[in-house]
Amino acid sequence: MAKAPARSEAPAADPQKTNRERPAEPRPYEASKDELLKFYEDMLLIRRFEEKAGQLYGLGLIGGFCHLYIGQEAVAVGLQSALTEKDSVITGYRDHGHMLLCGIPPKDVMAELTGRQAGISKGKGGSMHMFSVEHKFYGGHGIVGAQVSLGAGLAFSHKYNNDGGVCLAYFGDGAANQGQVYESFNMAELWKLPIIFVIENNQYAMGTSVNRASAEDQLYRRGESFRIPGIQVDGMDVLASRGAAEEALAWVRAGKGPIILEMKTYRYRGHSMSDPAKYRSRDEVQAVRDKSDPIEHVKKLLTEGHGVKEEDFKAVEQRIRKQVAESADFAESTPEPDPAELYTDILVEKY
Amino acid sequence: MAIDIKMPALSPTMEEGTLAKWLVKEGDTVKSGDIMAEIETDKATMEFEAVDEGTVAKILVAEGTDGVKVGTVIMQLAGEGEEVGADTGAATKDDSPKADAQADEKKPDTVEDSAHPAQEKVDTGARQLFEAASHKAEVSDPAIPAGTEMVKVTVREALRDAMAEEMRADERVFVMGEEVAQYQGAYKVTQGLLDEFGDKRVIDTPITEYGFAGVGTGAAMGGLKPIVEFMTFNFAMQAIDHIINSAAKTNYMSGGQMRCPIVFRGPNGAASRVGAQHSQNYGPWYASVPGLIVIAPYDAADAKGLLKAAIRSQDPVVFLENELLYGRSFEIPKLDDWVLPIGKARIMREGKDVTIVSYSIGVGLALEAAETLAGEGIEAEVVDLRTLRPLDKQTVLTSLAKTNRLVVVEEGWPTCSIASEIAAIAMEEGFDDLDAPVLRVTNEDVPLPYAANLEKLALISTDKIVKTVKKVCYRG
Repeated sequence: MAKAPARSEAPAADPQKTNRERPAEPRPYEASKDELLKFYEDMLLIRRFEEKAGQLYGLGLIGGFCHLYIGQEAVAVGLQSALTEKDSVITGYRDHGHMLLCGIPPKDVMAELTGRQAGISKGKGGSMHMFSVEHKFYGGHGIVGAQVSLGAGLAFSHKYNNDGGVCLAYFGDGAANQGQVYESFNMAELWKLPIIFVIENNQYAMGTSVNRASAEDQLYRRGESFRIPGIQVDGMDVLASRGAAEEALAWVRAGKGPIILEMKTYRYRGHSMSDPAKYRSRDEVQAVRDKSDPIEHVKKLLTEGHGVKEEDFKAVEQRIRKQVAESADFAESTPEPDPAELYTDILVEKY
Repeated sequence: MAIDIKMPALSPTMEEGTLAKWLVKEGDTVKSGDIMAEIETDKATMEFEAVDEGTVAKILVAEGTDGVKVGTVIMQLAGEGEEVGADTGAATKDDSPKADAQADEKKPDTVEDSAHPAQEKVDTGARQLFEAASHKAEVSDPAIPAGTEMVKVTVREALRDAMAEEMRADERVFVMGEEVAQYQGAYKVTQGLLDEFGDKRVIDTPITEYGFAGVGTGAAMGGLKPIVEFMTFNFAMQAIDHIINSAAKTNYMSGGQMRCPIVFRGPNGAASRVGAQHSQNYGPWYASVPGLIVIAPYDAADAKGLLKAAIRSQDPVVFLENELLYGRSFEIPKLDDWVLPIGKARIMREGKDVTIVSYSIGVGLALEAAETLAGEGIEAEVVDLRTLRPLDKQTVLTSLAKTNRLVVVEEGWPTCSIASEIAAIAMEEGFDDLDAPVLRVTNEDVPLPYAANLEKLALISTDKIVKTVKKVCYRG
């Protein structure tokens, strides 16, 4: 069934005009040259890592489902650059980039993708199921929307332990229609849990565009009936992303409860490696790449604002390519899990 | 003609109750909708409303009386124009103090007036289960040190005490669920916990099972030790994704780094006349999932000892209680820290002729059947599995080796059941010990009907067990 046309052109109630306290409109982050360089490097690492993962998938070294983050890098880089060690991160199955930003070594992630003993989950999780309690990265969840309730649970534990931490819970525009998301919104606001709900709106839930699946396609408004404020952010701009993170963290850390960030972004690749992406044109993808690529954007800022030269970028590029190549070599050569691992880690205790 | 007002049944399992408080006195006039008394059931204190209009002629059961059987006449109401008290002959127009004194005089422990027959007891399948659940283990649990003092406790209190003790011992333990705090538990299992531990640790949730099961699971991943109460496991189907996909699989998928020490608990299986959507045994569902611990205790000692073990476990536990058992009292060892091992079955009765394996409320029927069978010269050994996963195969196989005959009793569907699993284990690992095929006594393979007669036909019964045991013994 097709989506019915909008009922009227009457202006939607302006959330800014309610009596409720709202966060201030975030301002683009004012990054120093070093910070910009770091953003550039982090985004480039994710992109090159994902390209390599795609390549290994094509070679049959990675199996199953593999969802790449290419195009969306500015979202996680901007947001996670604002976190502290107290904070936790949880996301869905498009998780490689978020993991790298949590400080998990690329080779541990890549070796998991190839299903090896040295992988972060000993090869038993795969692309969609990776975790690192040490780095406060809580997955890596394969069921659409599950991470939203689980993230509310992590936020609950921050509050229960009074440890000052905030949970950053990512989910997509598709998951934003899941029922449990709203159950979690309700409890998060009811209990003022310290959580930032990050909707990574990359425009397509697998092959279904946002406006074909969402009655309210302005996803930042989805918390209104729970009194959770939402902010729409240009997720292709790492400075806007970081600026929004600052505002959201200030809100949550002040004990005001949850907040929603709708990050408008775009994935260049298919939903997963096996998606032919027939639901959109090549031109559409190319136009985004040409006009809004998050890495090119920072590169331009560095070139124009800080005089960074092409050879400096090349040096960064080489360093990252080397790091990614090494992680791929490691992931290809390190052994598969010992057959005995089949029966380990099912339960923690012996009964 | 005065109207007899009888002790009402205010819950599906209520047999008797406490007349907590009269809100009317003799001589008062009442109209329909007036609250006449407060009655404490096995679950809650309920208000008892008038249906008929009239004047309170006589109060027959004093307030504070315990154990008033359902159907006992508790007061008489005189209709309009009737002489108050005329029908009973008891003049009660005096001052209330006298009425109180009169009431005080007749304050026996239990009130059963044979002149007023109890209301018709509908003979249901659930009643059979409930009544058989008065049977105790005939062999004392070897885990209880000799000479330990035993005290009588209901299953409900045992569960509450287990939670309270573990909450005192470990700050990370908390309880969440629908009506667990202010309401004191939909089935009163969490009674008193809010008062002792406060609303940080005893948390009322909205009716959002999927969401709060996820919040609990996430909190466990974050290092806490949640006890998530489902009002019944029927509603946990809304949340089964988190129980299985999030809680059970995470340790494995994370290569052993991310634990999920959580207890999902609540009543499971058939209750009384609540129909198909509220009457299902999920034991086989959860017991099929690697990564979960599944426990289904029968008596109060196991309920307490195993719930404490479940809360302490580093693994996710599904703890299946039974509503019909909540109000049943059993002896429980009076020990400071009564904890039982998970994964160990228990011999409830020794016998040499046949082994009856069961769990949860089925154990009561198995014990009752064993009693009947003993009268006919068949000595049945009754094994209570207690933990459904990991299953204590050894105890079952050892008993089979002794008796050479095996019947499995399960209050649940036959297809893909725990009973099927036990039959398979007997085939694979106990074949040479079998002198007869393993037979199953389970509920009928139908959604549970509401009508009393059909419900009775659908559920397991002692008769069915006795017949089946005779079959495997080639008797009768």
